[in-house]
Amino acid sequence: MMLQEVSAVATHPLANTAASWLWAIPVLPLLGFVINGVLSLVAAYHAGPSDPGAAHGSDEQGSAHSADAASSHQPDQVHAHAVVRHRYAAITSIVGPLVLVMSFGLAVAAFFAMRGAGTMEAPFIQNYFRWIPVGDLSIDAAFQLDQLSMVMTLVVTGVGMLIHVFSVGYMRDDPGYPRYFAYLNLFVFFMLVLVLGASYPLMFIGWEGVGLCSYLLIGFWFSEKANADAGKKAFIVNRIGDFGFLIAMFMMFSSLGVLDFVGVNAAVGKLPLGGLAVTAICLFLFLGCAGKSAQIPLYVWLPDAMAGPTPVSALIHAATMVTAGVYLVARSSALFSLAPVAGLTVVIVGALTAIVAATIGLKQWDIKKVLAYSTVSQLGYMFIGVGSGAYAAGVFHLVTHAFFKALLFLGSGSVIYAMHAAYHHTGNHEDAQDMRNMGGLKANLPVTFGLMWIATLAISGIPPFAGFFSKDEILGSVFARAHESTLASATWFGIPGSWILYLSYAFGLAAAFMTAIYMTRMMLYTFHGPNRTGEREREHLHEAPWVMTGPLVVLGVLSAVGGWLNLPSLLSALGPVGAMEHWLEPVVGHATLAVTGGHAAEMAHATEWTLIGGAVAIAVAGIVFAWARLKPASLVPARDAVPSKGFARVLENKYYVDEAYDAAIVRPTVGVSRLLLWRGVDSGLIDGLLVNGTAALARLMGWLGSQLQSGQVGTYAWVLVVGVLAVLGAFTLR
Amino acid sequence: MLAESLFFSAVLFAIGVVGVLTRRNAIIIFMCVELMLNAVNLTFVAFAQTYGVAGQVFVFFVMTVAAAEAAVGLAIIIALFRHRQTVNLQNINVLKG
Amino acid sequence: MPHGDLSPFYAFHFYLFGIIAVASAVLFVTRKSPVSAALWLVNTMFSLAALYVLLDAQFIGAIQVLVYAGAIMVVFLFVIMLLNLGDPSELSDARGLAWKLVAGGVGAAILAMIFAIVRTKVPETLRLPPGYAARQIATYGAIEPVAGPLFREYLLAFEITSVLLLAAIVGAVALARRRDADAG
Repeated sequence: MMLQEVSAVATHPLANTAASWLWAIPVLPLLGFVINGVLSLVAAYHAGPSDPGAAHGSDEQGSAHSADAASSHQPDQVHAHAVVRHRYAAITSIVGPLVLVMSFGLAVAAFFAMRGAGTMEAPFIQNYFRWIPVGDLSIDAAFQLDQLSMVMTLVVTGVGMLIHVFSVGYMRDDPGYPRYFAYLNLFVFFMLVLVLGASYPLMFIGWEGVGLCSYLLIGFWFSEKANADAGKKAFIVNRIGDFGFLIAMFMMFSSLGVLDFVGVNAAVGKLPLGGLAVTAICLFLFLGCAGKSAQIPLYVWLPDAMAGPTPVSALIHAATMVTAGVYLVARSSALFSLAPVAGLTVVIVGALTAIVAATIGLKQWDIKKVLAYSTVSQLGYMFIGVGSGAYAAGVFHLVTHAFFKALLFLGSGSVIYAMHAAYHHTGNHEDAQDMRNMGGLKANLPVTFGLMWIATLAISGIPPFAGFFSKDEILGSVFARAHESTLASATWFGIPGSWILYLSYAFGLAAAFMTAIYMTRMMLYTFHGPNRTGEREREHLHEAPWVMTGPLVVLGVLSAVGGWLNLPSLLSALGPVGAMEHWLEPVVGHATLAVTGGHAAEMAHATEWTLIGGAVAIAVAGIVFAWARLKPASLVPARDAVPSKGFARVLENKYYVDEAYDAAIVRPTVGVSRLLLWRGVDSGLIDGLLVNGTAALARLMGWLGSQLQSGQVGTYAWVLVVGVLAVLGAFTLR
Repeated sequence: MLAESLFFSAVLFAIGVVGVLTRRNAIIIFMCVELMLNAVNLTFVAFAQTYGVAGQVFVFFVMTVAAAEAAVGLAIIIALFRHRQTVNLQNINVLKG
Repeated sequence: MPHGDLSPFYAFHFYLFGIIAVASAVLFVTRKSPVSAALWLVNTMFSLAALYVLLDAQFIGAIQVLVYAGAIMVVFLFVIMLLNLGDPSELSDARGLAWKLVAGGVGAAILAMIFAIVRTKVPETLRLPPGYAARQIATYGAIEPVAGPLFREYLLAFEITSVLLLAAIVGAVALARRRDADAG
């Protein structure tokens, strides 16, 4: 359990194995991007401009900013009834997913190589070229393969592969088919750069790149202004986080002098525990995480991001991009373990986010919005985990969450696909994503129904599904650390750390309760009870083709058995204990121990059983409560829905946070920009004074000159004499 | 005698300058210029007495050039008069920018 | 002519001709009629010729009369009469009072500066022994001291000047001839 040390590539155990193809793992999706991009451009060149939203309209029919809750009647969309596939759809259908399959294959091969190499203490680093040699700073373009990045790579390529296959079915009639796959491939490329990068700057490249692809994909159907706005919002809010990341990198360089992970881990030992520098670095890093991983206060982009195609939401906003923040904290475990105040900040923000997002999710009507807030809430859990020093637990939840959240999103994609098809047949223009228009779909979509229940149980934390193990691990870790750890000993704005941790534990439990409720509510309104879609549409509602349900099945299996990746010691009878924790030990083990005071966090078995029992009881109680209290039969279709009142309305309008931001930040900024910066500085100062002023000055000089050119000899004589006087004067007065 | 000569020369030169600035008739102005040249000639001759004959040689050249200049200048004025029927410089401002 | 240090005869005549020169110049500048002005200028030149003689530059004095007063001023008078500028209807006016005052100020300024500049000292080594010029003339005559250097050290300048004169003649003829296209 030593700190990672660099070993030369030549002597590294992975040097001559499949892992040497490390570079190909991101490059293959990049190749896919190029090919699909070229296809898209060539087709556009031949066909001319077209409305990207023609086939689907949008997944979000104009309700990206749902300031008004019941936005059921939309203005007429242009539904092009011609269902003509893209010219190059066939090629793209092969190239797009294939590169991901190959990438995943290489990742698996690398994984087995790592298994075969035994306990690998040092990371495997492939150095490609010197990227930034400047003064004292030298950053190389290098990929780093260690246990943590291996886990992330497998998740990204594995889940990504499934989602690519799903997209082949979901997006089949879209006029922007190759463009979609191009962006999706590009996203995977950047995400892999993010997780494989060997230094913070290279990771930042991936960080920014996934932000870019997120913008491109959210606003995929950009002919709807709401979608384009959502894309912009995501990018801009992300940028605020990126600023934090950059500041953290600058501070890191100034205090440590190095920016690559191996170097930072080595150098960080010189910093004192709880020092100002390391705390500041960690807080700024967390600002970046708050932006990318949608924590308070920068989570507002994620619900709006549901404007993009559903597979995009599954990949980017459930499984991969939003988890980049968690990965960053885990990667910087050496730094965070030295900054208890920062750790407490991460924990409390994560806990608050978890509970606040869960409350909002209780009252959302759009099926994707429910899942979006669920994602925000679950990300909060992950941060509770990594913030409290249980890095392996947080990463474990990241992995299981990827499974069941992707399943949930893709399942909802199936539902939406069916609803769209039904509406398409009858020319209906209602919202295909509003749960009030659904109901009783278990008869029409049985496979999806079963798989989504598996996912719901997983996310609620019901054993033996994956979510139970990971959520429990996190809550148990927080509880243990509340008792004894560097965090518990520290104070956060005067509050003792242990109180913060206990409070976060309580929030976590409350959020678990609410998670169970809103997920069950979602299932009830969508699949159970009577169908509210309409008589004519009902007969057209059927299951999606196997190209879409196949990946769902795979994810369903993973959600069911994923928990075995990291069994708690309590349940050693079920299988190998703590597999992932052991796996990640060379990377985060040292930092984990540093937080818990040098020895593994222990709890009495009785305490642990109590905690587990309590969590399960709460989850079950949530499901039962929702089942009993919520009556799907009493729902009406969205068009007939009455607006909610009171606190329900506040929840439905997500605590009016967007409106608050708009009033407090956006409007003043726009006002300052328009009045001060545009009219004042740009028009007035730069254009008026500097540019026009210079011209006026030149004109003035010219006028003065022209006055001298009067054509009068007398004037010229005067000028001559004045010149003589000047020259003589120079001599006289020398 | 050097200082007195220089004094007279300076005064004559200044008078020539005043004349150039004050008069409008082209020929008068030209004659003022000739006056200035003469003043300078006086300076040269005065210095020649003390510092060697080069001053007188220079005066020789000045006179020659003045003659040439007068010839050409007056030819110009005649040509100008033919065009404009006047030598009043106030009315001759074709070079006006 | 040989003279003692500032013999009264010499000094008196020097100042006399100096004052006449200045007075004539002032009168020249202030005459309205171009013909009168030209004649006063002739007078100035005569006085200057006298001063040259008094300064041991007899040859220069002679050619001053011959060339300046006798040739150049005559050409001026010819042109004045050719253009009929002496006609009472053609009398030129000087510019206004303001102009005159300012011009006067400028002239005074130039005067003052010249006086200041003249204070510069020339190295003593350049000075010739007193009376040197007079002795030269006594020995070699009035012309040779000037002509000698002219044809020896300053030969190039001499030749160029002759070319200059040629150019001037050609130019003057070209400028002043009537062109058939002109209305005249």
